[in-house]
Formats: sequence, structure tokens, C-alpha cells
Amino acid sequence: MRAFVKLSIMALRLYLREPIAAFFVMAFPSLLLVLFGSIYGNTPTPLLGGRGTIDVSMPSYTGLILTTVALMNIPITTSTYRELGVLRRFRASPLRPLAYIAADVSANLLMTLIGMVVLLVMARLIYHVEFSGQLASFLVAVLLSCLAMFSLGYLIAGLAPGARLAQVAGMILLYPMMFLSGAGMPIELLPDSIRRISNFLPLTYAVNLLKGMWFGEAWSAHLLDVAVLGIMVVVLGGLAVRLFRWE
Amino acid sequence: MSTVIEVENLQKSYGPTRAVDGLSFSVEQGEVFGMVGPNGAGKTTTIECVEGLRQPDGGRIRVLGVDPRTERDACVARIGVQLQQSSLPPRLRVGEALDLFASLYPQPAPVGGLLDRMGLTDKRSAPVAKLSGGQRQRLFIALALVSRPELIFLDELTTGLDPQARRSMWDLVREIRSEGRTIFLTTHFMEEAERLCDRVAILDHGKLVALDRPEVLVRSLGVETRIVFTQPPDAPAVPWETVAGVHRVEASGDRVVVEGAGERFVSGVVLALEARRIPFRDLRTEQPTLEDVFLRLTGRAMRE
Repeated sequence: MRAFVKLSIMALRLYLREPIAAFFVMAFPSLLLVLFGSIYGNTPTPLLGGRGTIDVSMPSYTGLILTTVALMNIPITTSTYRELGVLRRFRASPLRPLAYIAADVSANLLMTLIGMVVLLVMARLIYHVEFSGQLASFLVAVLLSCLAMFSLGYLIAGLAPGARLAQVAGMILLYPMMFLSGAGMPIELLPDSIRRISNFLPLTYAVNLLKGMWFGEAWSAHLLDVAVLGIMVVVLGGLAVRLFRWE
Repeated sequence: MSTVIEVENLQKSYGPTRAVDGLSFSVEQGEVFGMVGPNGAGKTTTIECVEGLRQPDGGRIRVLGVDPRTERDACVARIGVQLQQSSLPPRLRVGEALDLFASLYPQPAPVGGLLDRMGLTDKRSAPVAKLSGGQRQRLFIALALVSRPELIFLDELTTGLDPQARRSMWDLVREIRSEGRTIFLTTHFMEEAERLCDRVAILDHGKLVALDRPEVLVRSLGVETRIVFTQPPDAPAVPWETVAGVHRVEASGDRVVVEGAGERFVSGVVLALEARRIPFRDLRTEQPTLEDVFLRLTGRAMRE
């Protein structure tokens, strides 16, 4: 347990010492917020169900944060540590792979939450955004979405032969999802043909669920989202643990 | 004395290459056991099989009485490992690294004391990436000692270090030994093995070529002592064949190399020169080393 806590703290500290990673999780979403805020404003419109663009974007941006952690940080850090021989050094100690992954997941969860808090504070200060759901439900949605997307990240790290490839694979998955799943911009703004592609992107379901819980919708309206994300956790997460390599 | 490591008929291949080919040896408690040989001789493969990091293709390994792979839990907390290729996150700080590894063991050594001993106290909050080669190695030794191990593995400890850092590593190894810990090290520096090890195993192409105390190895081969000196061009000829112990003489210009063996060899050569009043200069003797032993046994010089 002591090792688990120490290892999580280490991962979190190193995260904060990595300027680029910290920027993408803590500053980039707020920049997007201000960018789209200055283009569309936050005036309520019937197209978005009587809400402003920023109101609708908030849960999406939380999805953006967790996807950035899942597809940028996790594959790059894990495969770089493997390439450098950091994981090798751990392997020569009594640390078990599952304990390492658990600590790493916790640190990434914490990092995601920190990014979300920064975004919320900014949104509240600049656009007076309101949260109209139940906090517990929203946090459960965040946790489930994180675990599902993180699984994909660890799977990339496990499959990619090197750090460069892991980075490229993460990017290839990240960018389309950012724009086509409703995370980077409201899916309501996209034409129907592109929205059909969205149905194949796992992040779409995470964003859907996050939005639902943000606006206080019932879980029963999001069973499909929960099912897709749950299957991702079990199948991709299981594969990722099996394919985890120390070297 | 009890046996700490037992290896019987160890086999390991990578594709068609036989990295380790039927290796057997044992390491006794409290000794510094060295494995030497050129790069690619199978040293690292062997040490990593013994550490339980690699799966051998065949053979039997016992470390502290257990199989280091199938009974890993029984031995992993009692050994300390310094790997040839490993690293820490570049932005992790020295003190944090030690704290972290201390938390992985049931009864760790106090971190402050270890830092002190390794001369790293003032580097405590330095990022790992900013350490010099020697400091880095000392940190990795500290990580290997944090478990208070009975047995410590040092793989190519001084490769890439400057001579001064190498010497301070040697002092550290002697100190660790004096605490009663067993040390299993690999090196491709014959001098290092000669100075540090109680017993040396010489490896070549994955096979054991020789195994004994360094001085025994040197003596048993009857490798010659060399005497080198310079003399004036007009010096009278010495009938070397009459001097006890002399086997071979080579003269090029004013420089003479006499090779031979035996207890009276050195004094015989000097007396012969004195008797003819030859004003020799810069006389030195070169003792045979493990390097010569290797050359004799394999017919090849050790390469870096």
C-alpha cells in the first residue's frame, strides 16, 4: 500500500514537471473554451436546446481532457519508460505489474481531475457556467469514461514496439476523436454524414454520457453509453494488462 | 560457508545464437565473485538469468536456496540488483528515487544514511538527468542496497566511467563486501576483476573457460613475467640462454624485452646486466595479468 501511494505520487509529480503534458491537460482546454467562447459566445440558442455553446461544450471538454491523458500521456509515458529501462529497474524489485499499473492509473485519474477542476473554475469565472446535474453521477461517468479510454491508451503502449510509434498511434486516434466525437466542438454543429462516423468512435459514448450526467439526465437514457464503455474496460483493459511488458 | 548461488548447466539461446552454453558454477557466501569476458561472452545473460529477469532455456538455478523465477517472492527482497541497462524517469529527483524504492521493501535501509554513504547528500534534490556518470552509478548502487540485501548483483558497474570514478567504485565494492554481503559482478575489465574478485570465472562464447582465484589463474598458466629496459647501442651482448628462467628475448634498437618465469628470473636478469656493467635505464617488470590468461586460453586478445 505504501508502495502504491509513493508510486502514484511519483507519477503525478513527474506529470506536473513535464511542461508539455501539463499544458495539454491544464491549459489547452481552457484555451479552447475561450476560443470558441469568443467565436460563438454563450448566448442560449434553440439549436442547442436553449443553452449556450459554452454550456454545451463543458462536459465535452472534460471528455477532451481525459482523452488527452489516455491517448497522449499514457502511451508516451509507458512506452518511453519501457524504452529507457525505467520499467526494467522496477521489474528487478518486488513491485508487481498490476501494482504498477494501478498506481499509474490513479495518478492519471488524479491528473485528469485536476485538469477538469482548472477548466471548471475558468468556465465559471469567464462564462458563469452552471452545473445542473448530480455530482456523484457525473463523477461516476468520469470514472467510467476514464477507465475505458485509459484502457485504450495502455493497450497502445502494450502493442507499440517503441515510444515513437506509441506517440503516433495515440495521435492518430486522438485527433479524429477530438473533432468527430463532440469532445473538441459540439457534435450538434457537425453535418449528419460526419455524425454517422462518430458512432464508431468510443469517445462519442463517453462524451454522450458525460453530457447526460452534466445536465442531470437519467442513467436509463444512457444504457448504450454505459454498455460500450463497460465493454471497453473489460475487453481493452483486460488485453492491456495481459500485453503489458516491462521491456 | 554456505552456497548462495548455484548454477548447473545453464542454457540460453537467442535465435540461432547460443548466448550461454552449458554453464555451471557456484558462489559462496561473503565472496566477491566476478564474471569476465569480452562483450557478447554471455555475462549479462547469465547474471540476468540468475537475477530471475530472464527465462533460461535449460539448466538449474538456485539463489539463496530457491528458484529465482518460480519462487521469486522468496528471494527478491533479499537481493539487490544493479542492471547494465536501466534508468529512472529523467525528472525524478535522487531523494525521491530512493524513497520510492525503499517503500518497495519490507525493511529498507534509512535513505539519509545511504545518500551519505554514496556521497549523494548534496544531490538529494537533483533530477536524475543532471547526474554525472559516476553519481548515476552510485545512485543505482544505493537502489541496490536499499533492500539491505544479502546478495548484490553488479552488472558492468564501471563501464563508461572515468578512471577516478572507477576507483571510487572499487572502494565501494570492497566496503560492501566488508559488511558480509556476497557480490556477484560482471566486467570486461580484467584489471577490475583482478583487483576486486575473490574468484573469477572467465567466459568466452557462452562457455566457462576458467574459474579460480585470480592469482591462481595467473600462476597456473605459467604465463611469463616481462622485463623491459633500454640500453646503449654499443652494449656488449649478454648470453641470455645462460640466465636462469629466461625464455625469450626481443631487442629492437636500444629497447630490450626479456620474457621468462621462475623465482630467480628477475634477479638473474638484473645480475647479468650488472656483471657486464651495462648501464640499463627505465627497467620495469610487467607481471602477467588476467588479460594474458585470457589471451592464452582463447588465443585472442580481449576487446573493449
